[in-house]
Amino acid sequence: MLPELGHFALILALLLAALQAFFAIAGAARGRDRWLTAVTTAVAGQAVMVATAMACLMASFVGNDFSVTYVAENSNSALPLFYRIAALWGAHEGSLLLWIFLLAVWTVAVAFGARRLPPRFSARVLGVLGLVSFGFLLFTLATSNPFLRLDPAAADGRDLNPILQDPGLAVHPPILYTGYVGFSVAFAFACAAMLEGRLDQSWARWTRPWTVIAWSFLTCGIALGSFWAYYELGWGGFWFWDPVENASFMPWLVGTALIHSLAVTDKRGLFKSWTLLLAILAFSLSLLGTFLVRSGVLVSVHSFAADPQRGIFILAFLIVIIGGALCLYAWRAPLLRSTAGFELGARESFLLFNNVLLVIAAGTVFAGTLAPLISDALKLGTLSVGPPYFNPTFLMSMLPLLALLSVGIHANWKRGRLKDKQRTLLYTLVAAAVLGCGLVFGVYRHGRLLTPVGATLGLWIILASAVDPIDRWRRGLSLSRAVLGMTVAHIGLAVAVIALTTVQSFTTERDVALAPGATVAAGGYEFRFAGVRPAEGPNYSAIAGTLFVTHHGAPVAVLQPQKRQYWIQRQVTSETAIKMYHGDNILLALGEDLGAGRWSVRIQIRPLVSLIWLAAFIMACGGVLAASDRRFRNVKVAAPATEAVATERSA
Amino acid sequence: MRAWLYRLAAVGVLGAAVAAWAVDPTQLADPKLQARYEALTHELRCMQCQNESLADSPVDLAADLRREVRDMLLAGKSDDQVRGWMAARYGDFILFRPRYSLRNAWLWGAPALLLSIGALVCWRVVRQRTALLAADPESPEEDGRS
Amino acid sequence: MNRFLLPLGAFLLLAVVLAIGIRHAPDKGVIASPLLGRPAPQFALPDLTQPARLVRSVDLKGHWYLFNVWGTWCGECRAEHETLLRVQRAGLVPLIGLDWKDDASEARAWLAQFGNPYQAVAVDASGRVAIDWGVYGAPETFLVDPRGIVVYKHVGALTDAVWSQEILPRVGAARPGKS
Repeated sequence: MLPELGHFALILALLLAALQAFFAIAGAARGRDRWLTAVTTAVAGQAVMVATAMACLMASFVGNDFSVTYVAENSNSALPLFYRIAALWGAHEGSLLLWIFLLAVWTVAVAFGARRLPPRFSARVLGVLGLVSFGFLLFTLATSNPFLRLDPAAADGRDLNPILQDPGLAVHPPILYTGYVGFSVAFAFACAAMLEGRLDQSWARWTRPWTVIAWSFLTCGIALGSFWAYYELGWGGFWFWDPVENASFMPWLVGTALIHSLAVTDKRGLFKSWTLLLAILAFSLSLLGTFLVRSGVLVSVHSFAADPQRGIFILAFLIVIIGGALCLYAWRAPLLRSTAGFELGARESFLLFNNVLLVIAAGTVFAGTLAPLISDALKLGTLSVGPPYFNPTFLMSMLPLLALLSVGIHANWKRGRLKDKQRTLLYTLVAAAVLGCGLVFGVYRHGRLLTPVGATLGLWIILASAVDPIDRWRRGLSLSRAVLGMTVAHIGLAVAVIALTTVQSFTTERDVALAPGATVAAGGYEFRFAGVRPAEGPNYSAIAGTLFVTHHGAPVAVLQPQKRQYWIQRQVTSETAIKMYHGDNILLALGEDLGAGRWSVRIQIRPLVSLIWLAAFIMACGGVLAASDRRFRNVKVAAPATEAVATERSA
Repeated sequence: MRAWLYRLAAVGVLGAAVAAWAVDPTQLADPKLQARYEALTHELRCMQCQNESLADSPVDLAADLRREVRDMLLAGKSDDQVRGWMAARYGDFILFRPRYSLRNAWLWGAPALLLSIGALVCWRVVRQRTALLAADPESPEEDGRS
Repeated sequence: MNRFLLPLGAFLLLAVVLAIGIRHAPDKGVIASPLLGRPAPQFALPDLTQPARLVRSVDLKGHWYLFNVWGTWCGECRAEHETLLRVQRAGLVPLIGLDWKDDASEARAWLAQFGNPYQAVAVDASGRVAIDWGVYGAPETFLVDPRGIVVYKHVGALTDAVWSQEILPRVGAARPGKS
């Protein structure tokens, strides 16, 4: 009963999404204001239907209804309740439903938050969101229905993939998708502005808070994924330039460029067409990411099951939505000329360089990710691209960006006035260099070429960012949330740079064979192996090793890495034991039984690695802080007197 | 029905491929050789679990290939010879770092191309806007940094 | 107006590439073998049924043969076994087996129980020969021509469709008159 109800709810949601899109866009275009009132009703109705569908599927999981194919494939009666709930988005169909649900949530938020905007504009925004909703609902109902029944019902389920049986599953996809889906709002705002023929920059101010919040969620989502990979996969790696990771990173890079471009457009009416293009690009990359992980065109550690049919559908959807938006762009962008000027040392300049470098970075990641696909399609052979390509090309864009950041935040709009800041910048740079090199060589006594560079750049950003806020605070002046948020976010970035530099330069990794009672030294710590013993969990049996960790004789921890075998899927997974000690992360993982009680063990010492994820969280907080600034809440509705709108009304 | 089964199998295979990984306690007597061994085994792809390196993959084939790398290094082969030996049997796909060749030129040239385009765009925009600066009326709200 | 159409143009180009990519998607797990069109790797390994004898690649020159990599631990090999027996009964192309990383006595028992389609089975205990052939997952089957050149490779269980559509035409094309 419940699955059928959920299925029906999705069909209703599809119809409501169609109505939402139609009444909004056609209503606004034809000046039928009465149609516009129907839009918010459609939004609410669609949200209720989607929530109902989610609830029905959730109930099937919680109630162990193995007559539903999706539940039978991804759950099991022995699976703990917590994972039964999270398993809902553990595979393709359910994760799509999550996408749709979060899109509905964002749409409701926009409907509520955009009440004070011109009605036709906000209607168009909701209309575009309705189109996107429609596409996803159609895709789900046509190719990926989570409510299909299994006949005869399975006695028990296939169980959730053991790698996913981890708290990370509960948080990573929802938060990541919230970010991903949130860029559809920026996209919708951009499309609405183009549909309306709006030539002024008011839409940029309206779009900013939504985009920054989506960006913050995406930042957290990516960091959570990286953190999860770190302690779950057991290799101590936190970023693999895997196609699916890149699929989330590219929108993030372009999204960062977007929020900076929106700032310029908002403040000075410049870069309007660039901002539009970036909004389209960010969402396009989100959609492209969805395509890549579900269509089977790329080999990846965590793509969903490959199905070319789905790939074709998503591709068609991509062509309609993005192609349509780009046609709008080609139509409207030529009208968006501005006569404002700025000098080379002005803030606008630095933001331009910033955005160009970010887009280039996204471009190199794009090239590397799609290279195997392109090479195959053009019959150039099977190509393989990994970190040896991505790392240097990414650094190539990022190093100049980090250097320019410290200078750019001190530049004034329009006339730069960097001359007044020369001394400040010089002092902060020297202080950063001295501190950075001092710490690197003082604490570690060695390093790679880029180690002092990374440390200096990171510290410079922190010092340079802190100058203005501290100065204002000392003089008793107020500091707007936007500026404070920006400062916090930049400092977060700097912390990430410092942490990454440290981890990449000073990680110790050793694989050793240990007999019980044997001790090995690595990375400044001593490890004594005490053998293995069997252990058991709710749905797995395990072998747990015990290692005593000491630092110059002083006890640090007793770590117990495990090798688990899950009963139903019969998969063997390694559970790493991790200990944080004075900034170092100590990781231990059990390898193979070498016979006679000897086991191979992997030891890794990674300094400051946890700072990376903390830094991402700081960046996200900065974003949320900035988005809550008062200037975004007092919406002044500017008269949309534009040539294009005038002709539209008379048509 | 069959499509469903195929998808199940695909998920199972993908999942199994990633579940565990290997710890390789091989230690060569010469530390330089050991460093080269570790670098090479991280640079070569396990052909069975296609996104893991030879160093990390737990399957038998990876262990066999690691042994080959070790034997070749002990026999005095160079890194390039080892890579070439592997690629001759498994194709370029086994290398995580694509080799510089005419076919891959577009990939390695892409960053340089993007940088040039970026530089050109920056130069043109800045030139255009500095020229417009003279005609742009001064307004106090445009001054400052927020 | 022209340069604002650039993004649309670039996007459509990408869409074409992705569409081609989807068409190739079902083959994604299969890596093109660098051995195609090149001489088959040389080998001399003990025979499974007569360990004192050697199965050698030099002895196989001069006629077509199918080189089939298998093991008793491999489920898909059991699935393709019926097809292999049919290939043997057809009598057109001999099957040379490579018992990959297997237990010899278990392999002998397996063949005794399910039937032996092979003209000869070479025992590769160390896996070295399989590596030379670029094997990464059993079962794999190679078609080698009389000059000793590898002309076709199939990854996965051999099916009747592959036999009739891929292998027979290649053998038949070089030997007109025989069906």
